[in-house]
Amino acid sequence: MDLHVQQKEVRDVYQFKVVGEVDAFTAPKLKEQLHSIAHLKGVRAEIDVSEVEYMDSTGLGVFVGFYKTLQEQDGHVKVTGLNRRLYRLFEITGLDAIIDVEEAKDDE
Amino acid sequence: MMMGKYDYIEMKVPAKAQYVGVARLAISGIASRLGFTYDDIEDLKIAASEAVTNAVQHAYESNEAGEVVIGCALYNDRLEIMVSDHGISFDFEEAKKRTGPYDEEIEAQFLREGGLGLYLIETLMDEVRIHQEEGVTVFMTKYLQRERGEEDAKQTAFS
Repeated sequence: MDLHVQQKEVRDVYQFKVVGEVDAFTAPKLKEQLHSIAHLKGVRAEIDVSEVEYMDSTGLGVFVGFYKTLQEQDGHVKVTGLNRRLYRLFEITGLDAIIDVEEAKDDE
Repeated sequence: MMMGKYDYIEMKVPAKAQYVGVARLAISGIASRLGFTYDDIEDLKIAASEAVTNAVQHAYESNEAGEVVIGCALYNDRLEIMVSDHGISFDFEEAKKRTGPYDEEIEAQFLREGGLGLYLIETLMDEVRIHQEEGVTVFMTKYLQRERGEEDAKQTAFS
């Protein structure tokens, strides 16, 4: 039950890699890390979730909040590397129609 | 089949976010014991976590150092889970009788601040009922998809 977030900047794109479990306990950590760039104007962010082992509505809430913040700043966020389970989570909540999501290339 | 009989497991955890994962791990083990598929176990983990998370947030908001009680009834064909945020162990059958369909007021509580908790529980479980009095009790059921025989046959085919 742990969460790690790696962050790097490659050609003006802020890349985050989320590893571990996102739940009520770890979501605040993810939120804090993502929002470290939330004050920037017109920022482009990519969140790689290919190594997320578990996520529930607390994680979705963080992504929605981050998406809204970046929208206000004319920025863009893309969530990448979604496995079948995570993609389904975005799908059943309708968030796949709002947030830019990309399925993992070699899932299973 | 003794449909009326079931094994019962109850756990009580402090109403703190760091124990949501502990409850989730236990539910995962119980679901695995019953023979649920990988996808169904993942669904159960999410649904149970949502209910426990809601209980934890409720306790946090009301400034109570409460406890969350999670009761699991293991049947041959289904798993029933009851999550209560007022920290008192319940008589499973009695508490179950008190639950019913939820109304908009409870739904609004669950859905506040971008939370999609109840919606996910409803989508991932086969049956959901709620009781609200001093606290909130969520009762949810998931049925095993296959007959045991089929599951055994499938395992044999792959082994």
